[in-house]
Amino acid sequence: MDSVFSNVDRAPEDPILGVTVAYNNDPSPSKLNLGVGAYRTEEGKPLVLDVVRRAEQQLVNDPSRVKEYIPIAGLADFNKLSAKLILGADSPAIQESRVATIQCLSGTGSLRVGAEFLKKHYHQSVIFIPKPTWGNHPKVFNLAGLSVEYYRYYDPATRGLDFQGLLEDLGAAPSGAIVLLHACAHNPTGVDPTPEQWEQIRQLIRSKSLLPFFDSAYQGFASGSLDTDAHSVRTFVADGGECLIAQSYAKNMGLYGERVGALSIVCKSADVASKVESQVKLVVRPMYSSPPIHGASIVATILKSSDMYNDWTIELKGMADRIISMRQQLFEALQAKGTPGDWSHIIKQIGMFTFTGLNKEQVAFMTKEYHIYMTSDGRISMAGLSTKTVPHLVDAIHAAVTRVV
Amino acid sequence: MAMMARTIRNSASRRTMMMSRPIFGLRSMSSWWKNVEPAPKDPILGVTEAFLADPSPDKVNVGVGAYRDDNGKPVVLDCVREAERRIAGTSFMEYLPMGGSVKMVEETLKLAYGDNSEFIKDKRIAAVQSLSGTGACRLFADFQTRFNPGSQIYIPVPTWSNHHNIWRDAQVPQKTYHYYHPETKGLDFKGLMDDVKNAPEGSFFLLHACAHNPTGVDPTEEQWREISQLFKAKNHFAFFDMAYQGFASGDPARDAKSIRIFLEDGHHIGISQSYAKNMGLYGQRVGCLSVLCENEKQAVTVKSQLQQLARPMYSNPPLHGAQIVSTILGDPELKSLWLKEVKIMADRIIGMRTTLRESLEKLGSPLSWEHVTKQIGMFCYSGLTPEQVDRLTSEYHIYMTRNGRISMAGVTTGNVGYLANAIHEVTKSS
Repeated sequence: MDSVFSNVDRAPEDPILGVTVAYNNDPSPSKLNLGVGAYRTEEGKPLVLDVVRRAEQQLVNDPSRVKEYIPIAGLADFNKLSAKLILGADSPAIQESRVATIQCLSGTGSLRVGAEFLKKHYHQSVIFIPKPTWGNHPKVFNLAGLSVEYYRYYDPATRGLDFQGLLEDLGAAPSGAIVLLHACAHNPTGVDPTPEQWEQIRQLIRSKSLLPFFDSAYQGFASGSLDTDAHSVRTFVADGGECLIAQSYAKNMGLYGERVGALSIVCKSADVASKVESQVKLVVRPMYSSPPIHGASIVATILKSSDMYNDWTIELKGMADRIISMRQQLFEALQAKGTPGDWSHIIKQIGMFTFTGLNKEQVAFMTKEYHIYMTSDGRISMAGLSTKTVPHLVDAIHAAVTRVV
Repeated sequence: MAMMARTIRNSASRRTMMMSRPIFGLRSMSSWWKNVEPAPKDPILGVTEAFLADPSPDKVNVGVGAYRDDNGKPVVLDCVREAERRIAGTSFMEYLPMGGSVKMVEETLKLAYGDNSEFIKDKRIAAVQSLSGTGACRLFADFQTRFNPGSQIYIPVPTWSNHHNIWRDAQVPQKTYHYYHPETKGLDFKGLMDDVKNAPEGSFFLLHACAHNPTGVDPTEEQWREISQLFKAKNHFAFFDMAYQGFASGDPARDAKSIRIFLEDGHHIGISQSYAKNMGLYGQRVGCLSVLCENEKQAVTVKSQLQQLARPMYSNPPLHGAQIVSTILGDPELKSLWLKEVKIMADRIIGMRTTLRESLEKLGSPLSWEHVTKQIGMFCYSGLTPEQVDRLTSEYHIYMTRNGRISMAGVTTGNVGYLANAIHEVTKSS
């Protein structure tokens, strides 16, 4: 019998995840994976935080733990703690019960559920996303039925923020349009607005009644401080306005594969928040019924114990500091080698990624000749670098910029 | 967008740049969501919520389909506990591929298609790890909408209520086919076959592989063969939702019989598999979506497209539940322990069916309760009316969904007498 799907074409490899696939297939001993954004230690190994291992043991040793369905909106204590983490324990929005928080499948799931909710219940179906942005963002919003527009963000000339362009583009957006904002450590560029710039952005957004949708995937991971990295979100919430926030624990707790995150919708009143939550549940039920229990249980265990929470902040700062140190080392090594160009953006950018400014051909060259794996937009994951591998990368970059234009 | 911005640069940007005053009237702006209505409670999950809120010591929850032991307690299988002990402290928690755990999917396909399935050997099955059964159905529905736009899904009456939500949210139009016969409390086989025959050629049908939810009514093997033949004649696509393999009869191979018949007959089917009930992994959200293709190349293609649907939904599926499944199914001892434990669960339910029926008959009920033992799986479609169900809840603190569906997994030797008595009381005058 003929297949009803014989018309289906093969999909292209995901550009980001495809990098790791290619890396895995490479037999070279000097290969370096600077593709997907997963943290690596100085030894190039994945890291499970000590505090996570402790939480794991606690869970597995508790005979009263069952695996029943958790509520559609997820674990209640996980949700409360997640809202506190991003908004601050003293947030009036929390105290006034104005925040609907729903456990979702990491950042992706939070974005998708939020977008589907907006498609159903919000009067505008256009979302403005920065150019560039994480490759999966446009797909998430498109599949939710939103139309995607871009606002200027990255300036290739300065390898910094195109602030003027950003203000113009958001200023020209239709009233009520949704705006995706990277809370900190912009992916893929590592370029963040300064606090002063954030304040201007906030004023513009509020004056045009635009709806902010924050993607917070790196809280604590960027600067090493959970509070500093939440600053942009908190100033928006402090003005009393509404917003959506997608939180991920993939990087800052190293829980990548467990798919742990939360969608928070900050509303004007408790009554509205409660209705909103009930409607978000209707989005979740036909998608996967209820979220997975394991990762959220680990997070809740850690966040509710002050000892474990403190230990977590120390380990988190350790990861952030190692990345900042890698930036410093790479920059200094490029200076020392005399590689042409201004590489100061490496230490000005923040978070897991550096937007090197290398072009597609240069990237392809580095992959072919030096077995360096990175996305073709020139983004490198600093987390994949170590003191030992910096020299190899520097050689590759140097060769690429001098031999490939 | 940028172009448009440039053309109005002069006026808009200057106004923007000059704006350093505080925003007037922000706090007086009303909510974007003030028109959002409170959503109705999920009919199934709302039952448990109501049960939990009831302070009565006599309360009985025969609502949601989660297994309970004879003490009414949720169960974590021993094989699962052991698997968790082995996993804790060893996993790196890295991202799974978009298609999920390859090992878990391999083992899962063996359960559905057979250990020695030629389709597995020939790599003709496009399969991805999914978020339990719901996630598998949703991925398939999204796939159907993208690659067979304009196609509809035929859904049995009745069915698990969330099936309607899933295909609706995937924007696949729905039609229904006859399934349950209220008079016999069994299968409306003639109605089903008529609907299959009258559906346009090449229609998509949702079939419950075994232990139909909510009725517990399954076609016999002979009836499945006839359904398969008619499907062949009409060139229909069969999508099987198999949420209870092993849980229905206690024998996974037997519970997959409908699927095996269709495979023998040459159908290219789709299957949603769930480990929520048969491994007790409910909250872990572990399942698998598979689509049998013409050849390996097509399977690779279809899988790549399924991944494209998963990526913007959750990127990649959760690790822990998949690790539990692989650990158990990949270890002969643990697998054998699992099969034993599944049989124990199935047998307890079968035993409770017998006891409930006998209790009602002993009470002298004027009605026939034969269907209680003829139906199979977690649920019994009792035939109780919504009004009778409401009485059970308000007078006896017995919680079930208003369609009269009783979750047999919630029935115990401790409460079966009370349940039988209550049912008798509300039905004896009918």
